[in-house]
Amino acid sequence: MLVLWQTVIWTTGVARFILPPPALVAQTIWESRALLAEHAVITMAEVLIGLVLGAALGFVSAIGMVASPTARALVRPILVFSQSVPVFALAPILTLWLGFGLWSKITMALIIIYFPVTSSFFDALMRTNRDWIGLAKVMGASPARIMWHIRVPAALPGFASGLRLAAVYAPIGAIIGEWVGASKGLGYLMLLANGRAKTDLMFAALIVLAILTILLHATVNKLCEKTLDRPE
Amino acid sequence: MNQPLRISGSAAIDGVPIFSDLDLTLKPQSWTCLLGASGVGKSTVLRLFAGLAEGVRFDGDLSDPGRVAMMAQQDLLMPWLSVLDNVLLGARLRGARPDHDFARDRLAQVGLADHADKQPSALSGGQRQRVALARTLMEDCAVVLLDEPFSALDALTRAQMQELTAELLHLRTVLLVTHDHNEAARLGETILIMTPTGLVEIAAPTSPIPRDIHAADVLRAQANLFDRLRRPT
Ligand SMILES: Nc1ncnc2c1ncn2[C@@H]1O[C@H](COP(=O)(O)OP(=O)(O)OP(=O)(O)O)[C@@H](O)[C@H]1O
Ligand SMILES: [Mg+2]
Repeated sequence: MLVLWQTVIWTTGVARFILPPPALVAQTIWESRALLAEHAVITMAEVLIGLVLGAALGFVSAIGMVASPTARALVRPILVFSQSVPVFALAPILTLWLGFGLWSKITMALIIIYFPVTSSFFDALMRTNRDWIGLAKVMGASPARIMWHIRVPAALPGFASGLRLAAVYAPIGAIIGEWVGASKGLGYLMLLANGRAKTDLMFAALIVLAILTILLHATVNKLCEKTLDRPE
Repeated sequence: MNQPLRISGSAAIDGVPIFSDLDLTLKPQSWTCLLGASGVGKSTVLRLFAGLAEGVRFDGDLSDPGRVAMMAQQDLLMPWLSVLDNVLLGARLRGARPDHDFARDRLAQVGLADHADKQPSALSGGQRQRVALARTLMEDCAVVLLDEPFSALDALTRAQMQELTAELLHLRTVLLVTHDHNEAARLGETILIMTPTGLVEIAAPTSPIPRDIHAADVLRAQANLFDRLRRPT
């Protein structure tokens, strides 16, 4: 990756304000570390809160959809809408409604991850082994207890795969939110640097974002492996 | 449960008849073995008794066995629960207080006292089926429905499980569905073959169960059963 990057610069002789060399970007990351950290903290806060809320909302929605056909009929359109509407189109409206602060970005992240979390958990809940449910019925379990003691634990690995996707998508939501209107965050910093033709800073912000996303995914992955996945 | 359990009538799934004019009575506190060709409807009878026959249209009389315990070919252990918690599953599902001591006693009865805290994935197939047996005992029901519970086990383990189960479910009303003639001859106090035209009763040995694999009366009953299954009348 780095080699390719440097090679492109050498072979095309592209100007450094179009594509800065890796060494310069590394230097910028080091020199602007305080600035980058300040904005990274904001972005990560948006992402993490969005992730937690989106996961919780997806968890509850999927259970509701399995438990009640009415809820299924109500939630399905929302679910499809949350995935099909371009988030770029929503961002200005959310900024208008929720302001320039954290909440518009958290909501963006939440909307973007709602679909993967809900639908993968829902699918897993619907795939519960029929014989397990039969056994539970014979044991005298109510539908609510079957849900809680059989279907939910059986479907947790499916919930985990939704969370893994969400960990990758959530930063996209937050960054788009920051582009549309913000005074803090890595997305805002990228726009600012772009406006001032500080390409190196823009790349620095981009790379910090990429590293954070990878770390987030790795962390979520580890947590899922420890708590939700099942060896079989 | 001292009333005989009876099912008499016809069943169909999606308009396709499964059996008709069946009349099966389970003697209380006794083991009934049900054999018959694949697809003849043995598991359907069992599911009707268990109240699990969604999608089955049944016309006739079916006595209500109350709460029953069930054990099938698959052990149906929950992979996310420990062995002990699997044995306690019924109590949890009914919202009752789980009786850990009672559960550990059941595990000891099936010879798994030392495995209580393991995950099911750490057990062999035979051990898993013993956990399923402990879970069935834990239910402590008068009526127990067994659907080919030992058919996935190797011959030696199967023989041990037959003996263990017969001892531990002594004096319960048991319906055992099986394809194994020897098993039926060892464990059946009543032996029935289910055919599309009704039940055929085969004389069962009169000695107490579990009978010795090689006992003369077991071998005789087994041969008799084999002939009857080969020449359906
Ligand atoms: N869900 C279903 N939908 C349609 N037909 C079914 C369904 N379940 C069972 N059947 C039919 O009902 C009949 C009886 O099935 P059942 O499982 O009771 O047979 P069985 O005697 O237990 O067979 P086996 O010895 O193979 O277990 C079969 O012919 C089967 O094709
Ligand atoms: Mg069957």
